[in-house]
Amino acid sequence: MTQPLAAGFADPVLEAQHCFRALLEAMSRPGRVQRLAGALAPPAPLNLAAAAALLTLADADTPVWTDAGADAEAWLRFHAGCPLVAEPGAAALLLACGAPPSPPALEAGTEEEPHRAATLILQVTALEEGTGWRLSGPGIEVAHRLRVAGLPADFLVAWATNRARFPCGVDVVLCAGERLAALPRTVLIEEG
Amino acid sequence: MSTATGYNFAYLDEDTKRMIRRAILKAVAIPGHQVPFGSREMPLPYGWGTGGIQVTASIIGPQDRLKVIDQGADDTTNAVSIRRFFARVAGVPTTERTSEASIIQTRHRIPETPLREGQILVYQVPMPEPLFRLEPRVAETKRLHAMADYGLMHVRLYEDIARHGHIAISYNYPVMVNGRYLMAPSPIPAFDNPKMDRMPALQLFGAGREKRIYAVPPYTAVRSLDFEDHPFEPVRAKAACALCGSRESYLDEVVTDDRGGRMFLCSDTDYCGERQAAVQRDAAE
Repeated sequence: MTQPLAAGFADPVLEAQHCFRALLEAMSRPGRVQRLAGALAPPAPLNLAAAAALLTLADADTPVWTDAGADAEAWLRFHAGCPLVAEPGAAALLLACGAPPSPPALEAGTEEEPHRAATLILQVTALEEGTGWRLSGPGIEVAHRLRVAGLPADFLVAWATNRARFPCGVDVVLCAGERLAALPRTVLIEEG
Repeated sequence: MSTATGYNFAYLDEDTKRMIRRAILKAVAIPGHQVPFGSREMPLPYGWGTGGIQVTASIIGPQDRLKVIDQGADDTTNAVSIRRFFARVAGVPTTERTSEASIIQTRHRIPETPLREGQILVYQVPMPEPLFRLEPRVAETKRLHAMADYGLMHVRLYEDIARHGHIAISYNYPVMVNGRYLMAPSPIPAFDNPKMDRMPALQLFGAGREKRIYAVPPYTAVRSLDFEDHPFEPVRAKAACALCGSRESYLDEVVTDDRGGRMFLCSDTDYCGERQAAVQRDAAE
């Protein structure tokens, strides 16, 4: 039954740096899709971008919540050394493969310390630039277009609520295959 | 220069980099908000750019090209030693040309050459709290930021106008970021403030002694505080650079003798050097 544990980053220092720059670029230019290089082979159901983002950001200081199952949990516990929590509200990093926990249940920070808010990593089926949603806000010159496939139907309603809580609110990283894009809490999303 | 052995890539250990990287991402998500971080002891003292160095060390990779300036100059002690530090511990190529750099670490200036997308400007910050001289209690300044209560700063600007007839702040001029957070732009001259507004490059700020990181994402509104009847005016010496003749760049005043002799030079050495080279090329043709 027990399968050998899948490997983590082959070069932890440079691959984490590469992934972080992709995350930084994604977070500072919401809606731009970044592509990760590398041969990371995480256990199912994790995709490459979500797994790399977790290895880049998670460690003993970041409680992680995930619905990815036992294989992924064992992989994370070994390679990132992060505590895994059952309560979404107690997590600093969340990885959702299925339906994400509702944003009001997550740590959103306080008015004085909004940086304590959680980061939600969402696995989606596809990310495409240049079409779909119209994004505007800090990091965007006029507007960026982003089409996301595989999100729950009520995501935009939940996002509007999240954005209205600024400076509190969670930040979202969308991951599809080896591609990722980010939605910081400041970004305004309009349909069409 | 050969890469030093016995150190992790870019000096910091991976746990520290992860902690700083998480702080940077949150700082970008909340433009202008100061995020605390566990500042490490660096092989140079606080006040020499330890905050900027830790930010640079956490973002830099082998594909980067680093430029470091100190008051606009590439060839002063602080700039040279930080550039050599990263050449040794990260093995990255360095440059003095603004247009070639992907990461520019700066002490107290923004380069004259407009920055573009794909570049990151890292500021060394001595005091991240803009309300520091008005409210010494950190707990209280946090509450003022939470409530966006910046009346103290407006009163300070008003008192300047009542006393001097104008706002008498020539550097570290307070700005509002994205209409929400009051931010200290680090001690750059007020002349540089307009360059921060809707800059295509990402701006990161690191304060090592004060243990704070904050950021301005690209294309984000950065407004210098002012009043309708006393609009913000960037100040510049009314002179031309003695070497390149620029009337647009920020100038340093250099005293040349003890009989009142002085000259004005561009503070940005790369900008000045390229303008002089262009003049020489034109003359040669």
